[in-house]
Amino acid sequence: MSENPGYSAGEYGLMALRVGSIVAVLGAWQITAMAHVFSDFLLPPLSTVVMRLLHDLGPSSMTQLMEDLKSGNLLGLLGDIFSGELPRGIGLTLVRTFIGFVMAAAGGVAIGVAIARVPLARWFFDPLVSVGLPMPKVAFLPIFMLWFGVFDVSKVLMIAFSAVFPVIVEAWAGTQNIDKYMSWSALSLGVGPRRFLWEIALPAALPQVFTGLQVALPISLIVAIICEMQMGGQGLGGSIMTDMRFADSPGVFSGIVAIALVGMVLVKAMELVRRRLLIWHQETQAE
Amino acid sequence: MIFRFLIRIFPLVLLAGLWEIAPRIGWINPEVLPPASAVASAWYGLLMSGDLVTNGVSSLINVSAGLALGIVVGMAAGVLMAWYPVVDALVSPLMKSLYPMPKSALIPVMILWFGLGAGSKIASIFMGCLLPVVLSSYNGARGVEQTLIWSALGLGASRRRVLWEVVVPGALPEIMAGIRNALAISFILLVSSEFLVGQRGLGYLISFLGDGGVYDAMFAAVLTVAAIGFFADRVYLFFMQRTLQWRE
Repeated sequence: MSENPGYSAGEYGLMALRVGSIVAVLGAWQITAMAHVFSDFLLPPLSTVVMRLLHDLGPSSMTQLMEDLKSGNLLGLLGDIFSGELPRGIGLTLVRTFIGFVMAAAGGVAIGVAIARVPLARWFFDPLVSVGLPMPKVAFLPIFMLWFGVFDVSKVLMIAFSAVFPVIVEAWAGTQNIDKYMSWSALSLGVGPRRFLWEIALPAALPQVFTGLQVALPISLIVAIICEMQMGGQGLGGSIMTDMRFADSPGVFSGIVAIALVGMVLVKAMELVRRRLLIWHQETQAE
Repeated sequence: MIFRFLIRIFPLVLLAGLWEIAPRIGWINPEVLPPASAVASAWYGLLMSGDLVTNGVSSLINVSAGLALGIVVGMAAGVLMAWYPVVDALVSPLMKSLYPMPKSALIPVMILWFGLGAGSKIASIFMGCLLPVVLSSYNGARGVEQTLIWSALGLGASRRRVLWEVVVPGALPEIMAGIRNALAISFILLVSSEFLVGQRGLGYLISFLGDGGVYDAMFAAVLTVAAIGFFADRVYLFFMQRTLQWRE
């Protein structure tokens, strides 16, 4: 919708604006904070937040690191490099997110495929899914705490419960809409039901299943952070909540920056995996 | 018709029956899962005492305020981004890099900025709803058929009229789908921010009852929130289909 196409000067200008806008926002953050427009508590300077991030990223004890180096304890060295608050928090949150996500992925695909292929499964799960999908699942958090405690079991189950519905819906739709000619050809060539499932139905449904997974992963991360905020147990959400209670605002801001970066990396990684995994599919080849 | 509906929802009835029977005959500890009838009577008690209504109204006000702000600002930003290349270059890198951020992370900052009351909840919901609406409006407005815009301009419509009468209606299906996502996100943020701090709202009611060990009432409040979220989505879906009826 560009008004004067062909003006390369104008396009260079837009490109400069594009890069400039993020720099400008970060700069504005630093300048407003340094000019004390708001108090340091409400808006700590960007530089403070970055320093805090680097500090938390570094190992918790330098002397321990030196000791490992001298004694040649390489495994210990590796552990101590990542002993800082931030790597530990990221690790804990990611492990919880992934376990919950994998449970949701496995369960969701199994249930979705079953709904599409087994009438009894459809009869049973259809109303449950149509009620469960639009429901705010976080509301069930206290029930999960009551049933499974406040430690990792309830966090992981809560993540799986929140993330499973989009996977079910996409796996169901993907398996339902397989190209008829493809399945007829396979069946008339004498493919048995098991081979049909593994070699026709699942690969054909894969693009849509992956769309479901791409919705489910951010949900998993969101819910992991909410669970950590609510139940504690460290991780990114837990430490941001601790920092808030201690009114440690650089801690809160650096936590948010860390969470935003983790979220961005996860989303990008999913896109890469999708392109790699679906390399045979038209959607990748069209690019 | 009614018979088919009954067959369709029978699995739900079955589960409800199981939920009633299992704690009563001792399969499950009734402390951990109060039977359905106990939860139903606790719900009636909450309704009569007014707790459900006052907290529900406060929650609904927060969610509608945050969502409405998010929709208005998000639509404006998204459509303007698609319409003016300068706005696009300025705003879209920021929006796209913030989009994958887990929205729940913002709650603590909103609490620092706006305190423990309604302000921080509305702000969290607004921030969470903003980006899905911005991006769907942006994609929708960019996807409007160029020939439609050219025809309108060629027939002498001003750019402002084209924006209002061609671009916005053309983008509406995507915008409305984005708003549906925002609606789901708004309930997640509402409940989780009310869990964390504050003395009002359904999320607060749930954690208050849970901390007090009044589990039948807690289950009733949880199911109320789930039901409100479910019906909000259904009503919106109905409204959306009605609004988009003119499309083939």
